[in-house]
Amino acid sequence: MDLAYTPEEEEFRARLREWLAKVLPTLPPKPSPDDWPARRSYDLGWQRMLHDAGYAGLHWPVDAGGQGATPTQHLIYLEETENAGAPYVGAGFVGLLHAGPTIAAEGSAEQRARWLPPILRGEEVWCQGFSEPDAGSDLAALRTRARRDGDAYVVSGSKIWTSHAEVADWCELLVRTDPSAQKHRGITWLALPMDAPGVTVRPLRTLAGSAEFAEVFLDDVRVPVANRVGDENDGWRVTMVTLSFERGTAFVGEVVACRRVLGELARTARRNGRWDDPALRRRLGRLNAEFRALWRLTQWNVSEAETGGGVPGVGGSVFKLSYSHARQELYDAAADVLGPESLDLDRPWVLDRLSSLSYTIAAGTSQIQRNIVAERILGLPKGR
Amino acid sequence: MRFQLTADQRALRDVLRGLLTRRFGGAALRAAVDAPGLDRALWRELGDVGFFALRLPEADGGVGLGLPEAVLAFEEAGRALLPGPLVATHLAAGVVPGAAGGEAVVTAVDGRLVEWLAEADVVHGEAGAAAGAVPLRSVDPLTPLHRVAAPAPADPVASLLTAAEQLGTATRACELAVQHARTREQFGQPIGAFQAVKHLCAQMLVRAEVARAAVYAAAVTADPVDIAAARLLADEAAERGARDCLQVHGGMGFTWESEVHLHLKRAWVRAQRGGGSTESEELLAADLVA
Repeated sequence: MDLAYTPEEEEFRARLREWLAKVLPTLPPKPSPDDWPARRSYDLGWQRMLHDAGYAGLHWPVDAGGQGATPTQHLIYLEETENAGAPYVGAGFVGLLHAGPTIAAEGSAEQRARWLPPILRGEEVWCQGFSEPDAGSDLAALRTRARRDGDAYVVSGSKIWTSHAEVADWCELLVRTDPSAQKHRGITWLALPMDAPGVTVRPLRTLAGSAEFAEVFLDDVRVPVANRVGDENDGWRVTMVTLSFERGTAFVGEVVACRRVLGELARTARRNGRWDDPALRRRLGRLNAEFRALWRLTQWNVSEAETGGGVPGVGGSVFKLSYSHARQELYDAAADVLGPESLDLDRPWVLDRLSSLSYTIAAGTSQIQRNIVAERILGLPKGR
Repeated sequence: MRFQLTADQRALRDVLRGLLTRRFGGAALRAAVDAPGLDRALWRELGDVGFFALRLPEADGGVGLGLPEAVLAFEEAGRALLPGPLVATHLAAGVVPGAAGGEAVVTAVDGRLVEWLAEADVVHGEAGAAAGAVPLRSVDPLTPLHRVAAPAPADPVASLLTAAEQLGTATRACELAVQHARTREQFGQPIGAFQAVKHLCAQMLVRAEVARAAVYAAAVTADPVDIAAARLLADEAAERGARDCLQVHGGMGFTWESEVHLHLKRAWVRAQRGGGSTESEELLAADLVA
């Protein structure tokens, strides 16, 4: 067991740190959260800078245009960019973290050449059309229908919780191509051009008041068969392949950020007198333990990915269950520090408290995660 | 960075687990509960395999390993519910004659308690620390306890080894609960097929694995704040894990015959040792504004 980084890893960190110090002051001011086109161009501008400096697709395989970095280098990258206050992946999220890796793993040579370079260069934005109003936790129950018509699929249905839909060029879309097959078997993966006739995007307002995601309505939308990645009816497997890209790094930046927020909370409490309350101090002390442990668990999972060839182990669901709860605890503790000011939307942490409520729901609710841990790790039987 | 067990560390863990399963398995555990007392022969065997001399330099007759290996050893001891003043004797190796080889049983004041005082050959630490110690009727049938008036200052290494024992209990409690949930049937199916039971088991694993990352990391860094975090999370993983294990066992879990209560009671005993939750939380809070 070792927590020391190798000389090569330290050199990677030093070079990155130097580059960040040089380029971050040249960034334009951050756009308003409600201005989607401005957010898109800001996020893509950052991606272009990464590309020009050789950091684009750090964790992607080299033959897909990535850097083929080790999981530990990826961890260092995420830690350093968060510490330096670099922009978040933002509009590039789906392209860089899911659709791109899926195409890299399962796409044809033409598909890889068409779609991967624009993702890496920060030219095209992808969104994700997976969930539906009646297919949330039970994703494989999705009903958006695609029927073959010559060299195209004709797609009808609706998708929900689609982030960046308003500004996306492409959507990685799961559709049902065989309604008579068992539910995981009749699904196909398509790349949908968002400007195709019949695509309607309606923003959804979250409880935090902002339009963070959208509903996408599909009304007889024609998608070329050439846009299908993998075989017809093999879309479930195609989509799940990308999970093997998960190397324990999914929440690195966020854990780093939570530890910084915790320090700021403690200093705020010292200034406003709340620190004199031993119950509050102990609450923050406990959170310090939890986030330190989550950082160590991240290092553990990344090391495991590095030694085990990138296949995620026990770590992912265990980490998410613990982290999503700790994050909500953190912002509840922030409200304890702020007192009545915790009700003022203009105060720091108040919007974060609201958005933290999504963490035990998005990307697999805590209840679903516990089922996964119980059945796949502990080997408990499935319920009838 | 390679934050995983090495092949040698896995081998050390497996050897100890084998020894403890052979020498202190279910039947021996039950016998120890029926006839309390320290098994001196087992104590010497632990000495022979280097349990106490693990961190003593080879030049001094020790095994010459470090805190990570000690943590793995104490995790195994915790799993097996191995009785005796293990932490105190381990810390006395190389200082108190006979401790390293398991010839001497060494105890110490830890928190406001002394474990195994009547059976110990030596009380390690400040002279007279255990003077006037008062026996109490211990809740744990396998840990005789005396109370002292003034607490001993907490030793971070002792607290980390306690955390490692708690981690062993947390892991074992999860295993026992899962075994029971897979075999016990009600309403025509294993109770582990019910989500209410599944989710209890899943949370036991989550707490244990988060604590494991904290305990192993603290063993690598030996940093007092890391140790406080490890201890806090391991205490909680053990106490809540053993309690949830009892709940999964239902009525059987409430009986003397089942071993579940022994895990919970030992977790309670260890939680009272120096460096417990209040101390750890205050240390971790102070670190935030340091």
